[in-house]
Amino acid sequence: MYRYDEFDARIVKDRVEQFRGQVNRRLSGELLEDEFKPLRLQNGVYLQLHAYMLRVAIPYGQLNGAKLRRLAEVSTKYDRGYGHFTTRQNIQYNWVALKDIPDALNDLAEVEMHAIQTSGNCIRNVTSDHFAGAAADEVMDPRPWCEIIRQWSTFHPEFAFLPRKFKFAVTAAAADRAAIAVHDIGLRIVKRGEQVGFEVYVGGGQGRTPLLAALVNDFVPEAELLDYVEAIMRVYNRYGRRDNKYKARIKILVAELGPEEFTRQVEAEYAAQRPHEKIDLPQAEIDRIHAYFAPPAFDAEDGTDAFEAAKAAEPDFAQWAEVNLHPHKQAGHASVTVSLKPIGGAAGDATDLQMEIVAGLAERYAYDDIRVSHAQNLVLPHVPVKHLYAIWQALDAAGLATPNESLITDLIVCPGLDYCNLANARSIPIGQAVQEVFADPKYQREIGRLHINISGCINACGHHHVGHIGILGVDRKGEEFYQISLGGRADEKAAIGAIAGPALKGEDVPGAVKRIIDAYMALRTSPDELFIDTLERVGADPFKEALYATA
Amino acid sequence: MPLLKDGAEIENIWLFAGQEGEEDLKPDQAVTLPLARFLELAESLAGRNAPVGVRLVPEDDPELLEPFLEWIQLVEVSFPKYTDGRGYSQAQLLRRRHGYTGELRAVGHVLRDQIFYMNRSGFDAYETARAELPSVLEALNEFRDTYQPAADGRVSVFHARHGT
Repeated sequence: MYRYDEFDARIVKDRVEQFRGQVNRRLSGELLEDEFKPLRLQNGVYLQLHAYMLRVAIPYGQLNGAKLRRLAEVSTKYDRGYGHFTTRQNIQYNWVALKDIPDALNDLAEVEMHAIQTSGNCIRNVTSDHFAGAAADEVMDPRPWCEIIRQWSTFHPEFAFLPRKFKFAVTAAAADRAAIAVHDIGLRIVKRGEQVGFEVYVGGGQGRTPLLAALVNDFVPEAELLDYVEAIMRVYNRYGRRDNKYKARIKILVAELGPEEFTRQVEAEYAAQRPHEKIDLPQAEIDRIHAYFAPPAFDAEDGTDAFEAAKAAEPDFAQWAEVNLHPHKQAGHASVTVSLKPIGGAAGDATDLQMEIVAGLAERYAYDDIRVSHAQNLVLPHVPVKHLYAIWQALDAAGLATPNESLITDLIVCPGLDYCNLANARSIPIGQAVQEVFADPKYQREIGRLHINISGCINACGHHHVGHIGILGVDRKGEEFYQISLGGRADEKAAIGAIAGPALKGEDVPGAVKRIIDAYMALRTSPDELFIDTLERVGADPFKEALYATA
Repeated sequence: MPLLKDGAEIENIWLFAGQEGEEDLKPDQAVTLPLARFLELAESLAGRNAPVGVRLVPEDDPELLEPFLEWIQLVEVSFPKYTDGRGYSQAQLLRRRHGYTGELRAVGHVLRDQIFYMNRSGFDAYETARAELPSVLEALNEFRDTYQPAADGRVSVFHARHGT
């Protein structure tokens, strides 16, 4: 994990003091709310339905015990004893007082955390694969480049007032767990011989105009990455639309120019950079940052026998192990998903006590490494299998061992109308009602991998466009309705789901989803054919028919 | 409107000659012109005794100024709304790509909390109704370190770490 040096620490400390000054000027009335708004937003402070919300950055989802414990403490000290993990791998507190935020930020700075650029029309938190550094299918660990991008984008003077927000995602694995196709810039690390470089995708996004990113360059050598990205950002900053906030994302610029013309403009800007304009990132700096991400000294003891014995003795553990573990590159290890999706819970929420328990488990058993996944779960990326049973017992006792990773109840859900002032409809209760239908773990496993994503409005924070089944809350004359889409996916075969038909009343959504699943179970060729594969094979019609069938 | 430059409030001797005819270009008056008007009159303006400058709007391409940067004495970059960030790119281009060394002034909706970024992007003068001199001086020094190289020439943290 990256650790701050004196420079990083000073920048974050200076930021805390700067924001303290801004809050004081706002509280004294010197700053108008209108002038304060972009300042607080660039520090993750929103004014929500009921209170201020603070969004804290978790760069590429990386935590350790001390950081997670501090996040728990902040929730106790300044909020109501819980936090909400988001699809950008960040955490949000929903009930903080403005006057307390500088102190909260100061507490966070002590553990090398901040809220810089977690909102506003600037470069946001860089997201990545939550199994980075552990996954068997990656060409290298993507986190060092995420950290380099984090630093480069922090207080970038030219790109602090972009036409709209700007999101990076980085992956280095064959299976894309970072959803790079639906980001403003998606980077895939590839190797040509020993040379590390990037496939650069630009102009993906969700919201009201969902689009997949276009490949703009298939190999930018690592030493040139930041200069190349600066060229993209400058083209966007100069020519992205500013007349309509719904057309201001870079995806619209790419779509209106066409990917070829956009690429030509980026290449022209890149070619025009003079030598002294180059960032010229020193190789020693690339190496320095990479060194922080060296793998831990893996435990060589083979714990497989104990693991197998525990599974044989404890069916619930065996069931959890079957679902919530991911293959690790190191023998005798696994990556553990700590589910924040209990049946009937609010997706991504964790209490202070739960955060402390996971922090303790990471420190005791898992090389002190914790991640937040974009699916709103926590992950212990490196776990010796001999410790899995002890970890499961502790998680189970804390309500954190729901065996549903990537199953139908592992929903991505935005906060919706229960919290958010942009929402048209509630998301959390719809998610809970869908979960209830599929609560039986055995039934979920029979259905297999299936992603249901729920957003409470067209801004798509719940990623409904890329859910295998997407649910979007809409407002129909003051009543909450829900539109179902089918066939979206966020992985390496990314696709935008297609709307199935007329929107449904909230109370009808769980039954409709159940009918879709019944149709799938009848249509699939074998239990190995996933829902999304059956849909691809037979098309959406049988599912639409089932969806709108009345009993 | 107060004009701040080099750590002090200075008198603004410049007049913006917007749309009117040539009669507003009095021989001894320092003037800035909109880009289109400047380009149209550039030849005759080059011979003037009084200083000449240009005012850019966000849509303008600063590259068009390159042939004149040797002799123009002021470029004003306007921010109609402080949320419109195109002026930062214009400033970086003028300073770093086109080599402009004269006064680069931010005008329009210029607020205290934008001035740090403006300074880094190459501005050295700020016309602002919403920021007092002491608070601007404070804003310029809010961060002791900066990660990226920019037009202000500060050593980036990436390089400072390695003494380069």
